[in-house]
Amino acid sequence: MSAGVLGSLEAGHTSSLRLRVNGEWYELSLDNRVALLDVLREGLGLTGSKKGCDHGQCGACTVLVDGRRVNSCLLLAVALDGARVTTVEGLGEGDGLHPVQEAFLDRDAFQCGYCTPGQICSTVGVLEEAAQGYPSAATDPDHPAGEPVPLTGDEIRERLSGNLCRCGAYPNIVDAVRDLS
Amino acid sequence: MRTFTYVRAADAAEAARAHGGRDGSRYLAGGTNLVDLMKQGVETPDTLVDITRLPLDTVAEEADGALRIGALVRNSDLAAHPAVRVRHPAVSEALLAGASGQLRNAATTGGNLLQRTRCVYFQDLSMPCNKREPGTGCAAREGVHRDHAVLGHSPACVATHPSDLAVALAAADAEVQTTGPAGERVIPVAEFHRLPGELPERDTVLEPGEIITAVRLPAPLDGTRSTYRKVRDRASYAFALVSVAAQLTQRGDGAAEQVRIAFGGLAPRPWRARRAETELTGQALTEERVTAALDAELAAAEPLRDNVFKIGLARDLARTVLLGLTRP
Ligand SMILES: Cc1cc2nc3c(=O)[nH]c(=O)nc-3n(C[C@H](O)[C@H](O)[C@H](O)COP(=O)(O)OP(=O)(O)OC[C@H]3O[C@@H](n4cnc5c(N)ncnc54)[C@H](O)[C@@H]3O)c2cc1C
Ligand code: SF4
Ligand code: FES
Ligand code: FES
Repeated sequence: MSAGVLGSLEAGHTSSLRLRVNGEWYELSLDNRVALLDVLREGLGLTGSKKGCDHGQCGACTVLVDGRRVNSCLLLAVALDGARVTTVEGLGEGDGLHPVQEAFLDRDAFQCGYCTPGQICSTVGVLEEAAQGYPSAATDPDHPAGEPVPLTGDEIRERLSGNLCRCGAYPNIVDAVRDLS
Repeated sequence: MRTFTYVRAADAAEAARAHGGRDGSRYLAGGTNLVDLMKQGVETPDTLVDITRLPLDTVAEEADGALRIGALVRNSDLAAHPAVRVRHPAVSEALLAGASGQLRNAATTGGNLLQRTRCVYFQDLSMPCNKREPGTGCAAREGVHRDHAVLGHSPACVATHPSDLAVALAAADAEVQTTGPAGERVIPVAEFHRLPGELPERDTVLEPGEIITAVRLPAPLDGTRSTYRKVRDRASYAFALVSVAAQLTQRGDGAAEQVRIAFGGLAPRPWRARRAETELTGQALTEERVTAALDAELAAAEPLRDNVFKIGLARDLARTVLLGLTRP
C-alpha cells in the first residue's frame, strides 16, 4: 500500500521510506520532521496511539518497533526505514483481542481510556522484557542475569512507570498485568 | 520545527563527512533528547546525520577484562548485559534509575552522555539563557533553581548535567573513545563534561563533528563492590535531585584499598569526590571518618538560594551508601 502523507513542499527536506505497520508494508513519502506518532495517526488513520505530551513524558504514544516498546512521539519516522511497527490496532488476531487487551477488560483497568493503548502496548513490551530476563530498578540485584524475572507488584509499578494515567487507574492496571504473569 | 536535510550514514567516516563539523549539523542517535529539543525550537539543525546504522551496537570484552561498550548500545540492553550487572552493578543500577522502559529502549550510550541540561529556562525560548543563547543572561540564578548546581557552576550558568549513567561511569574510571577531525581520542568520563566558566554553551570537550564511538569500562579490582543511589521527587521516572555512585575495594583487615565516589545532581558534570576519596583510602570506613571526609569534600559547595538542602542530602546519601558497601 502506498500513502503520500504529510508531504512538505520543500525539496531536499522529504524522504521516501518503507514501514511495516501491523503486518502491512507502506511506501511513504514524508517531511523529514514527522514523528512516527503523527504518521500513524494523521497519515495512516491509526488513532489508537495517543498524543499526551509529545515529549516522552507520558507514554500515551507507546508502540512496538521491531518488537520493543518505545515512545513514538520522539521517533523521527525517516530514521525508521524498514522497521516493523505494531500499534494497539495490530495486537489482536483478526477480530480477536490480544491477551493483554482481555486482561485490561477483565480487570476494568481504565477509566477514560486515553492512556490505555499506551498502557497495553507497554505491557506487551514488559512481558517480553521480563521473560527475557531484562532487569528493572525493582529487580533483586542477585537475580541471575538472563533468567525470567517474576512480575511482582513492585516490578509492575516500576516497569510501567513510563505510562502515566491521569484517571489513576493504576491499581486495576497492576492487577491486570499480574493476571498475565 | 525547522526543516532539515536527512542523511543516513553507514560508518563513522561517512557520518563525519556528512556532518562536516558545521554549526547546523547534528548526529541523530536514539533521538529521545535531540528530537524533543528540536520540537521545542531549542535545537534547529539544518542537517541531521543518522548514526543509528553504524556498527557500534555491541559490548565486547577486552583481554584485560575491560568492557568496550559501543556508542549505540541501547540503555536497556546495557543495563541487562550480564557482565555489566555482575561486575559493574552501579552502572546497571544507574541506567535502570533513569527515564522509563520505553525511553531506555531507544536511548543510546553516547546520546545519554551528551543529553542537554533539564534546566527549565534552557527549554523555554522566551527566557534568557546563556547556554542556549550566549550573552542573554541566566534566568535560573535568581529564578527557579531548586534542581540546580551547588558545585562547579559559574556566574554564567548554574545548570546540572542530568545523566545518571555518566555518574556511574565516572566512579568506575570509564573512558570515552571518540573519532574526529583530530583523529581518535580517549577522554576520561570524569573530564568529558566541561565546567561552564564563560562558555556555558559548550557542555563537553567534544570538538564539532567528533563522534563518540565507545565507552571503555575498566575491569574492577577483585572483590570490588559498587552501587548507585538516586534521590528524586517521585519513586520512578524522574531526574535526580542528588545521586551518588560509589565503588569500594576492602583489604583483608576491612580498610579501604580503593574507594571512588561520584555525585550526580550537584554540578555541571559528574562530581568525583577526589578529596574524600584521598582521605578515606587506606582507612577503615567508620561513620565519623566518612562523615568528616564528605563534609570536607562538600565544604567547597556554593549553594543557590533554594538548593542548600542538596549539600546535607548529598552527604547523608553518600555516607549511607559507603557504609552499606562495607557490609556484605
Ligand atoms: C521524560 C524523560 C525522562 C528522562 N529521565 C532521565 C533520567 O532520569 N536520567 C537520565 O540519565 N536520563 C533521562 N532522560 C534522558 C535520556 O536518558 C536521554 O534523552 C537519552 O539517554 C539520550 O540518548 P539518545 O540516544 O536518545 O540521544 P539523542 O537524543 O539521539 O542525542 C543526544 C545528543 O547527543 C548527540 N549524539 C548522540 N550520539 C552521539 C555520538 N555517538 N557521537 C556524537 N554525538 C552524539 C546528538 O547529536 C545530540 O546532540 C529522560 C528523558 C526523557 C524524555
Ligand atoms: S542555569 Fe544555565 S541552562 Fe539554566 S538558564 Fe542559566 S544559563 Fe541557561
Ligand atoms: S505523547 Fe509520547 S510520551 Fe507523551
Ligand atoms: S484511564 Fe484515563 S488517563 Fe488512564
